[in-house]
Amino acid sequence: MSKEKVLEVKDLKKHFSAGKDKLIKAVDGISFDIFKGETFGLVGESGSGKSTAGRTIIRLYDATSGQVTFNGEDVHGKKSKDQLRKFNRKMQMIFQDPSSSLNPRMTVLDIIAEGIDVHNLAKNDTERKKRVEELLEVVGLNKEHATRFPHEFSGGQRQRIGIARALAVEPDFIIADEPISALDVSIQAQVVNLLKKLQKDRGLTYLFIAHDLSMVKYISDRIGVMYMGNLVELADSDELYDNPVHPYTKSLLSAIPLPDPRYERERQRITYDPSAHDMSEQAEFREIKPGHWVRATTKEYEQYKKDLNIK
Amino acid sequence: MSKLLEVKDLKVSFNTYNGEVQAVRGVSFDLNKGETLAIVGESGSGKSVTSMALMQLLASAGFIKDGQILLEGEDLVKKSNKEMQKIRGKDISMVFQDPMSSLNPTMKIGNQIMEGLIKHQNMSRDQAKKRALELLHQVGIPQPEVRINQYPHQFSGGMRQRVVIAIALACNPKVLIADEPTTALDVTIQAQILELMKDIQKEIDSAIIFITHDLGVVANVADRVAVMYAGKIVEIGTVDDIFYNPKHPYTWGLLGSMPTLDSTDEELYAIPGSPPDMLKPPVGDAFAPRNEFALEIDTQMEPPMFKVSDTHYAATWLLHEDAPKINPPESVMQRMQGFANTGRKDGDK
Repeated sequence: MSKEKVLEVKDLKKHFSAGKDKLIKAVDGISFDIFKGETFGLVGESGSGKSTAGRTIIRLYDATSGQVTFNGEDVHGKKSKDQLRKFNRKMQMIFQDPSSSLNPRMTVLDIIAEGIDVHNLAKNDTERKKRVEELLEVVGLNKEHATRFPHEFSGGQRQRIGIARALAVEPDFIIADEPISALDVSIQAQVVNLLKKLQKDRGLTYLFIAHDLSMVKYISDRIGVMYMGNLVELADSDELYDNPVHPYTKSLLSAIPLPDPRYERERQRITYDPSAHDMSEQAEFREIKPGHWVRATTKEYEQYKKDLNIK
Repeated sequence: MSKLLEVKDLKVSFNTYNGEVQAVRGVSFDLNKGETLAIVGESGSGKSVTSMALMQLLASAGFIKDGQILLEGEDLVKKSNKEMQKIRGKDISMVFQDPMSSLNPTMKIGNQIMEGLIKHQNMSRDQAKKRALELLHQVGIPQPEVRINQYPHQFSGGMRQRVVIAIALACNPKVLIADEPTTALDVTIQAQILELMKDIQKEIDSAIIFITHDLGVVANVADRVAVMYAGKIVEIGTVDDIFYNPKHPYTWGLLGSMPTLDSTDEELYAIPGSPPDMLKPPVGDAFAPRNEFALEIDTQMEPPMFKVSDTHYAATWLLHEDAPKINPPESVMQRMQGFANTGRKDGDK
């Protein structure tokens, strides 16, 4: 791919200390790139470190080690207030729970305008209000909604407010951490369609974190699968679903129930046994096919290659 | 098949400061022995309230306004609270969504399982303990002798849900109500729990009412499916009826809004708008304002249940003989056809 890299993550680690001598390696050395205009999906079970990865990338957590480069600049490391402000404007986040990520005592107008205020994007109150009203319309709400409080909205509408807030500072890159998990199926489709439309209109790049694999497959161009703080496989979304290589990816894919009773009657679940791996050496993240990466030891790598060729 | 449970025209309302919220507005269905009925719908459609009404576990503001709940011919609505206590956990039991909040954090899980056995089956503590060990083994918890003396926080989410299932199954209930039992769990754990529930159902022959909004799960577990919208069942049929021959526009919308693994770049079929406010249920078909196929009559009169086949009923005027012939939206049609040619190719072949 000769596309422009927006984000480069290199051997990123985030460890949390859990009392004396205990270290939780939530993210333990992940590397990937995200290209301009694409949607990169990050999937994994709870506890796999996918949310921690997202939060570390946007500097909500300080990285233990490793590097995150955004538009050629290091995200972590010392920054002046001005530099930080510039960075914050270009990268924004949408959170999972739309009710706890909106301040219940602020009006929608103030919630969305907060970023506009911080970055002095509006000259006066009329312009500020106008911008917010425009944003509300972009996300499918009315300008009358601006004076209301978050509790007056349904879950789907609140998530739209969260999206409008993220868009207010005109970012290039948005991290969406399980943005639709808390929503009903019919509303999920509305929000996903909205995110896709915004991407087309504004050339946004997304990091989409979720555990709902069918939705991730639908929205993402490329997908990374996380397990226990490590990326175990990374590929174009079709490639990942058609030719999964890592046994964990296979088990994850085989566990998704699909809305198709006939298929469901025959679906065979593959269970993942972490102890079945080759333990003779440390596994590494290797490219098995152009653009298709898998975490494997040398021996496993050869085996996986053979498996792929047979197919 | 024998009818185990018959729900007839059940209406449940809640008194609130703003007035009466009509959460369930006339729901009727049967449940046969040993079968799994899935109830699907959005939040606020009344699916959980229906199940709570069956157990008579409604919050104090809620009340059963009308209707009958016949368990083997006996009307549960007429039972006193004391009589219900003898039925709950014995004839009907429940698995809740969140296993952390449905277990008592200060009680060892062994005692929580034994509680029902001692109360309902007059077992001694020793007998109950023996049975509890069996149950833990049955739901696939390793080292039951150790685990029985542990507290809920020492279990993972999936293991906790297994404990909740063990409690629910303790007295071999005739009806098991599972209210989103896997929604809080990861896909791989979800798959395990669903398999467990199916295995156990085969063993003890309970009927299961499975409440969920995940159509993938429905396709996996259900024999029959009831689709609820705005406090009513809008379509009911066998799982094949609902997935391969849906008739109600709301069911189309639900099916269309889920991406399949083969879905391409086209937009998802999203149902516009949001569900109605049940303080003032709309006149006519409650789904009409969100329904692109709504007819004029939809805003005036509620559609009755039309019969599609012996097993399949749907409440939409589109099935009336005078109604124009309307096909489901393109994406839903494609999906139905795609399904007919059986699922996706398997990755591991």
